[in-house]
Amino acid sequence: MATVTGQEVVDPGEYKIIGTRPVRHDGVDKVTGRAKYGADVQLAGMLHGKILRSPHAHAKILSIDTSKAVALPGVKAIVTSADFPILKDQSLDFGETQGNIRMLAENILANQKVLYKGHAILAIAATDQHIAEEALDLVDVKYEQLTPIFDVKEAMSKDAPVLHENLTTIFRVDRFGKGEDTGVKGNVAGLIQFKRGDLDEGFSKSDIVVEREFTTQTVHQGYIEPHTSTGQWSQDGHLTIWTSTQGSFVIRGATAAILGIPESMVKVIPMEIGGGFGGKTITYLDPLVAILSRKTGRPVKITMTRKEVFEGTGPTSGTYMRCKMGATKDGKITAGELYLAYEAGAFPGSPVGGGAMSGFGPYKIDNLQVDGYDVVVNKQKTAAYRAPGQPQAAFAVEPVIDELAEKLGMDPMDFRIINSVHEGDRAPSGVPHLKWGCEEVEQAMRDHPHYNEKLDGPNRGRGVAVGYRLNAGGSGSSATINVNSNGTINLITGSVDIGGTRTAVAMQAAEVLGISIDDVNPTVVDTDAVGWTGATGGSRIAFDTGRAAILASYQVITEMSERAALLWDVDPSDIVFEDGIFVSNKNTEDTMSFKELASKLMGTGGPVTCSSSDTQGGVGAQLAGHIVDVEVDPETGKVDLLKYTTFIDAGKAAHPSYVEGQMQGGALQGIGWALNEEYFFTEDGTMANASFLDYRMPTSLDLPMIDTVIIEVPNARHPFGLRGVGETVLIPPMAAIANAIHDAIGVRMDRLPMSPGAILEALRDNK
Amino acid sequence: MQEFEYVAPTSLEDAVKLMAEKGPKAKALAGGTDILIQLRGGRYQIDRLVDVKNIPELNQFSCSQSDGLTIGASVQNYKIYESSEVQRLYPAMVDCASLVGGIQVQGRATVGGNLCNAAPSGDTIPTLIAESAQALIAGPNGQRTVPVEEFCTGPGRNQLADGELLVSVNLPPVKPNYGAAFLRFIPRNEMDIAVANCGASVQLDESRQKIVSAKIAIGSVGPTVIYCIEASNSLAGADANEASIEAAAAAAQKAASPINDMRGTVEQRIHLVGVLTKRVLRIAISRAKGE
Repeated sequence: MATVTGQEVVDPGEYKIIGTRPVRHDGVDKVTGRAKYGADVQLAGMLHGKILRSPHAHAKILSIDTSKAVALPGVKAIVTSADFPILKDQSLDFGETQGNIRMLAENILANQKVLYKGHAILAIAATDQHIAEEALDLVDVKYEQLTPIFDVKEAMSKDAPVLHENLTTIFRVDRFGKGEDTGVKGNVAGLIQFKRGDLDEGFSKSDIVVEREFTTQTVHQGYIEPHTSTGQWSQDGHLTIWTSTQGSFVIRGATAAILGIPESMVKVIPMEIGGGFGGKTITYLDPLVAILSRKTGRPVKITMTRKEVFEGTGPTSGTYMRCKMGATKDGKITAGELYLAYEAGAFPGSPVGGGAMSGFGPYKIDNLQVDGYDVVVNKQKTAAYRAPGQPQAAFAVEPVIDELAEKLGMDPMDFRIINSVHEGDRAPSGVPHLKWGCEEVEQAMRDHPHYNEKLDGPNRGRGVAVGYRLNAGGSGSSATINVNSNGTINLITGSVDIGGTRTAVAMQAAEVLGISIDDVNPTVVDTDAVGWTGATGGSRIAFDTGRAAILASYQVITEMSERAALLWDVDPSDIVFEDGIFVSNKNTEDTMSFKELASKLMGTGGPVTCSSSDTQGGVGAQLAGHIVDVEVDPETGKVDLLKYTTFIDAGKAAHPSYVEGQMQGGALQGIGWALNEEYFFTEDGTMANASFLDYRMPTSLDLPMIDTVIIEVPNARHPFGLRGVGETVLIPPMAAIANAIHDAIGVRMDRLPMSPGAILEALRDNK
Repeated sequence: MQEFEYVAPTSLEDAVKLMAEKGPKAKALAGGTDILIQLRGGRYQIDRLVDVKNIPELNQFSCSQSDGLTIGASVQNYKIYESSEVQRLYPAMVDCASLVGGIQVQGRATVGGNLCNAAPSGDTIPTLIAESAQALIAGPNGQRTVPVEEFCTGPGRNQLADGELLVSVNLPPVKPNYGAAFLRFIPRNEMDIAVANCGASVQLDESRQKIVSAKIAIGSVGPTVIYCIEASNSLAGADANEASIEAAAAAAQKAASPINDMRGTVEQRIHLVGVLTKRVLRIAISRAKGE
């Protein structure tokens, strides 16, 4: 076992468990169908809820008449926004995104105004879902329609219809800062700005300048499991919620705040989750089932349909972006200017800050300016989506890098390496970098056989792009370890397991304790059963919850050393723990394995149970890079992927299969975003393609094998060198595919999706 | 979804009776891959769903050089594309039956259902038209036969009167020097609705250099699948070459009257009709030549 001493990293690779590929602890239950998901919850007397949604994108609610619906046999209760206590503006931390609790409540149920088609207005609980559905048709809502605004550029114009009368632009120079209220009213909720050096001077030094505009459309995370929640409000005032979420404590906090009750009265039980990708870090249903249960005295479940997931939850932003970069003849970038306007949807809070922080992240640029606008429009309120805001920004920057390299006659990877970012260089936001693998990833790409092999055939092309992300973490994780008498441990956390983190965290405890991974029983428990733990997001669980588990493991060793000292009648400081064996310094014949000592706990002071928490953060900066070969059918505009290779600096891959899974999954989501995915809005703001039939995510037949290359440049802030790997993987694909399409047919695609129709149009316009 | 009655008759006579009793409030159920979704989506309010999978006439499935191909209305797609005789004699039916939905859908869905559903994008319909298929219909007044190109009357609408059922589609025997093919354009590689599709057949003369007759049908570019009469006629007597193919494709484009929607634009669809018609005719001619 490696010696683990605080934050120091000792030679990764010398581990027994870290870096191996054990079978996941939750695997058997999941593949045999025994694992329980939110929709599996069945309680005696349970009612079913359905939600009435707005048919208009922008309208005042004049009146709501529910009398006919209430009269329908089987209908038991109705909840409208009038049932929410009056809420003040108040900030709430959702782990990946900040939220305002009043606006969150208004997104859950519209209050006075509906702001997008699909905006929830009320929910009905009935004895079965068909009755609830029928009752929805009996509700009479009168609206006064208002002019909706959908396009981000139009929404920013002076005479645009306004969504929120009192909305003013907040100016920030720090992504999570409070900012300064400019007092300017309109649809622009925020401007984030990063500035460094002198732009004019930088551009005057460049021999070549490329400036391009880009647009992207609203896209959804597309998790397979729709949102679902079941609530039971007990007569003693305790509320229990079974839900599909990435963060049980976040849901507890938000639900309690919206309902105006103490957090301690709410227990959230996180069920197994069928995907989230950031979209399940906020609440839609939990306060509704709670109130419906309070009104009826019965448990109430609401499960969304796929259409509701598309129309009523949070996709990520459509954008308008401009990128201008200059470079010298020898390939040094002298200046960069990035303008980002992101649609927030109906309420402020687009992920433009993420885009602003990351777009220029892979490049050392002394003169730069990034302006990021957060703009409300009459579309679904956006939520986090895997590296929120960052894939869009990369789609604006990476094609410009490609074009600069092309015009300079340089290899695009060589060009990137010349401008690579190293330890001590500053991120666009000004934060200095610790050691990270920017250049290491770029060199691995340049030297890879895929990059160097010949690509023959007409209409075929190869593209590359990189993606940068600064993972923070540190929102808080807790872990408890109970030592069993047979030398196994129960490892208890509150981190919902989306990406195999039960096992990845368990491996870290096993490594420290010198026990087998099969001797760890990792469990994810409810909010009453473990210390506060932030949401599973920000690529932080293997890192943050891993650190909490490591700290708890140290405590276990300390306590067990004390027990060994008792048995051997020596001072605890004389006990050394190495390679899973407790040894007495006083008499090296006195040795005991972890298992042996575990069997002697009851006689030496009772059970050993240790809890720890961690808020250090520092998941770290990260580079991912993708190489893709495409073939374009110039007659139909269809793009087929021939070959795909992904690279990432994982710091240290705790469980390489899970890292590879993240890399492949990120690539495939990006491929969908690149080629076909978009909310197709009709003129009145209806999403015309609210089903998986017409919201075209890739199927297995659309993908080549996605190869993976893991680079390990250890993260100094984690004992085993881990970096989070969940999100950076989604940043490069759209840009990489755009660059490949250019290589294939000579057309620079400046909009997403690069669907067959869009390619045909670009080819036509290019003639 | 509202309550309705479910019945599963075992004779054609009973089925017709059960349908006729409820008139427009009765719907037939074969694979259910369209009707169940439509019922759930509230497109129809019905009183009775008549399961037609237990009726012998609707399960007929035979294929031979002498008698042609008979596909009962309850015969699932997978049976069609897995049949070696269909593969040999009617490869265009394999082209289309094998790409309706995914594997699971092909295990339930039927060609008869695809035709009755009368979607402009119905993937088996252009081939049926190109192959000169006849639809056999049973109803309270007996049986009648309708050429497939006349079966669909609008999006989701067909020739069936209240109480009538589709019994089978019947493709005539194939002659020597005959070939047919089908292609669909979708943005993905499976599990999608056609942006445009095209089925075509050609009968070559003995020299295999001239086209005696041809039938071209295009889908997703109008209210129903469109039988392109002028494009088809333009090939009668023409040389089996690129110039004829180009001319037929241009004529097919003129027959298209698509709309803009989430699946494609008017311009893209008309363009695709040209591309697909050419590609399909090349395959059909190649098959007719026995290549």
